[in-house]
Amino acid sequence: MKLNERSLAFYATCDSPADNSGFLYKRGERHTAYHRRWFVLKGNMLFYFEERESREPVGVIVLEGCNVELCDSAEDFAFAIRFGGTKSRTYVLAAESQAAMESWVKSLSRASFDYMRLVVRELEKQLEEMRWGRGSRESPGSWMPKQCPERLPALPAILPKENGCAVWNNALGVGQPPDTSGCGGNDDEGTPQPPPLPPRRRVLNGEAAVESPSTFCQLHERYSREVARLRQDWLEKQRGPRP
Amino acid sequence: MRYNERELLSLARQPAEKAAEIRMSVPKKGSVLKKRLVKLVVNFLFYFRTDEAEPIGALLLEHCRITKEEENVFSISFIEEPERKYCFECASEEQCQEWVEALKRASYEFLRRSLIFYRNEIQKMTGKDPLEQYGISEEARFQLGAHQQ
Repeated sequence: MKLNERSLAFYATCDSPADNSGFLYKRGERHTAYHRRWFVLKGNMLFYFEERESREPVGVIVLEGCNVELCDSAEDFAFAIRFGGTKSRTYVLAAESQAAMESWVKSLSRASFDYMRLVVRELEKQLEEMRWGRGSRESPGSWMPKQCPERLPALPAILPKENGCAVWNNALGVGQPPDTSGCGGNDDEGTPQPPPLPPRRRVLNGEAAVESPSTFCQLHERYSREVARLRQDWLEKQRGPRP
Repeated sequence: MRYNERELLSLARQPAEKAAEIRMSVPKKGSVLKKRLVKLVVNFLFYFRTDEAEPIGALLLEHCRITKEEENVFSISFIEEPERKYCFECASEEQCQEWVEALKRASYEFLRRSLIFYRNEIQKMTGKDPLEQYGISEEARFQLGAHQQ
């Protein structure tokens, strides 16, 4: 599969701020030796360079759909980037300090486009509710606009709330002809059906809707509990078995 | 550049924001418009031969420019090489406009700017940082002014 590598390299090295950067040890694929590389996180792309001054990255890890976990390793401060598929490679990395490790685990586990989109939609919703006076759920008598709220002025174009023209290749089987009529919301079939949740989310949350704020809070709660638990496990392992 | 191809292929099979059969050409000498299945998933644009399961290629949509060209046509180019254009000829002007709008909003960087904007607006209206309740207000990627370009 071709990738726009030149543009990727430009993105990696241009002066747009990185979300995290630093030296990490990366375990090789076939041999278990660790190599020290300079890592740069931008958005959902984790680039790595042979050296800090290198003009081009050696490689990039697309982080969409990954899980970040602490892991058992002879190496201190090790953590892993794991993906869902059966033959997926696990990237084992090690930081140079406890603080660096925690910083990387935190920034990598929130690096996905999906996560960013979730946060944006949540804030969009809050802002819309505030502007139309429907902020509090305990006041059912609050003023309702007589007509449909127009687009909020001076905001960047609001992302469609549903998935638009979702092509369910993994549910329907690859090769199904896609809907070519553009965004589902604009057709003349009346009320558009909200698309079914992506399989990944169903497995993870088991909740009916991801869009409601309570679900979002629950998601955050879950992640913070998970991170706290992993950290606890790690600390206990560090203390070691008592003689 | 090495990359995790398996995961990118898996991403190409995920449900898309937008997908359509569009005639497309790549910025190569002698390249002609060919019918492709074009699929937008997060900040990647995948393109497939219409009868194949694996994409021919993928474009990461960061630091790119989406330009409306002549009727029914738009192009994608990257800021470091603005003359190298990927061209897309849609079935209608409406479809063309929809894709231009969708692609302009498809980058991670656009999302980030939106987030910073909304965060700021809510803070101005309520005096409170909406990200605080989620424990992410200190995250580097959400900082106001940090990512002005």
